[in-house]
Amino acid sequence: MAKRIDVSGLSAYYGSHLAIEDISMTVEPRSVTAFIGPSGCGKSTFLRTLNRMHEVTPGGRVEGKVLLDDENLYGANVDPVTVRRTVGMVFQRPNPFPTMSIFDNVAAGLKLNGSYKKSQLPEIVEKSLRGANLWNEVKDRLNKPGSGLSGGQQQRLCIARAIAVEPDVLLMDEPCSALDPISTLAIEDLIGELKERFTIVIVTHNMQQAARVSDRTAFFNLAAVGKPGKLVEIDDTERIFSNPSVQATEDYISGRFG
Amino acid sequence: MASTTPIDSPPAPPVARKRAGSSSGRVGDKVFLGLSRGSGILLLVIMASIAVFLTYRASLAISENDGNFFTTFDWNPAGDPPVFGIAVLLFGTVVSSIIAMAIAVPVAVGIALFISHYAPRKLAAPLAYVVDLLAAVPSIVYGIWGALVLVPYLEGLNLWLDQFFGWTYIFEKTEVGVARSLFTVGILLAIMILPIVTSVSREVFLQVPKMNEEAALALGATRWEVIRLSVLPFGRSGVISASMLGLGRALGETMAVATVLSPSFIISGHLLNPGGGTFAQNIAAKFDEANEFGRDALIASGLVLFVLTLLVNGAARMIIARRKEYSGANA
Repeated sequence: MAKRIDVSGLSAYYGSHLAIEDISMTVEPRSVTAFIGPSGCGKSTFLRTLNRMHEVTPGGRVEGKVLLDDENLYGANVDPVTVRRTVGMVFQRPNPFPTMSIFDNVAAGLKLNGSYKKSQLPEIVEKSLRGANLWNEVKDRLNKPGSGLSGGQQQRLCIARAIAVEPDVLLMDEPCSALDPISTLAIEDLIGELKERFTIVIVTHNMQQAARVSDRTAFFNLAAVGKPGKLVEIDDTERIFSNPSVQATEDYISGRFG
Repeated sequence: MASTTPIDSPPAPPVARKRAGSSSGRVGDKVFLGLSRGSGILLLVIMASIAVFLTYRASLAISENDGNFFTTFDWNPAGDPPVFGIAVLLFGTVVSSIIAMAIAVPVAVGIALFISHYAPRKLAAPLAYVVDLLAAVPSIVYGIWGALVLVPYLEGLNLWLDQFFGWTYIFEKTEVGVARSLFTVGILLAIMILPIVTSVSREVFLQVPKMNEEAALALGATRWEVIRLSVLPFGRSGVISASMLGLGRALGETMAVATVLSPSFIISGHLLNPGGGTFAQNIAAKFDEANEFGRDALIASGLVLFVLTLLVNGAARMIIARRKEYSGANA
């Protein structure tokens, strides 16, 4: 079930260093939202606050609220482990479990949840691999290690692993930055299909990519090195790339800085 | 750096160019090549000559042996005719090492995981240091501590084991007497190999790539599940190597065993009974008093220990190689 994300007044720290300050935004269900901005502006940090991965970093802490539909992810009684089971994540570099077969990689999340019947596993694995457009390439070698696949295939394997547990939201942290153009295209096509079922948030350094895949685009910026990153504006992607309301956005998109 | 000189700069005089760049580098290469190749060859020569020496001296003794070298439960090379066999020593060495591994490896992996993944940073560093410090204690000190502290202390444990687990046969204590048994030796060896197994495992666990752990975390894994999904599979071959290093030390440990064990030439499945022997302990105990022939017999037993250690290492390498395709190394 895709869910709406509602962020209000969110700040994230590394120790005493304020990394992002006072961010509020809404992400609609079944849409793709892209985060763009110069390096160090905190877009990845912000993404990691959406599934409580930020606090895994030593010294990492968060203030503010993130509502998933109506539930605050940072509520007093919320277990971060539960949050991460409903908000999936795909990383910059493909990270399949190197010691596991392709099948076990996809099934890993299900086995953690424990909410499955063993007889259902092959069906769910096939569905997830099909959903990640990988099934035809790997159906004959499901028992081979996932680390034997190409980089692009590994990344789609990671996407299959993430969607196998049917998360409410799928976060992607520069998922194509380690891939060649053809694999990148395959992932971008996949994102277009996945938004039918999930709420997707993607961080990207590639503005063409943001323009191609996203419905909404958020532009982040920081005043200077060492200053906290802030959300400059969020709007329909078409609007951001044609007629943004803030000058800094236009400067960044037209390549005048960043 | 002649090659990086811009093309349009005047060519350097040939002699100077030779001095500055390529020539001295080649001499260095040759010296280094010679040194590294030489030390490689030297190592092989040393290994081969140890093997040849052991085999030659051992064959002298074995050819005169009136008993069976592998099955005789006696060690009397000075007798007439000479009779000696390694059965008791092989049994004692293997059993005490197995006990040591069974105790030390799980504990060491636990400590290593605690230091690398659970302990707060302020605690982790001193704790790692203390464990490493265990390795700095000389083995004779372990032996004295074992004989004076561990042996009396274990008598209570032995009684308890005998009472509640006596039905398992191995924990049945049929002889009275202090706990100078293979079981006690195993416990002592476990403490002695703990630091090496712990510190190698810890290093391996610390090398687990962050992205592997985050993969598990992002799926909603708890801390233990992260360890089970990412850390242990990645560290598996490292833990095996660490255990084999520890096993190597346990198999060859001499002074501590000789101090604690009350040796006898019997094989008993009752591990709590005093008695038994190991290769190294037997050699240490008898080498001084032995005549030329007796020493050859002891060397023959040393050769078996040598082969045993080689087999153990070979087996460890096979285990590691068989799982290579799935190892974290090609991630």
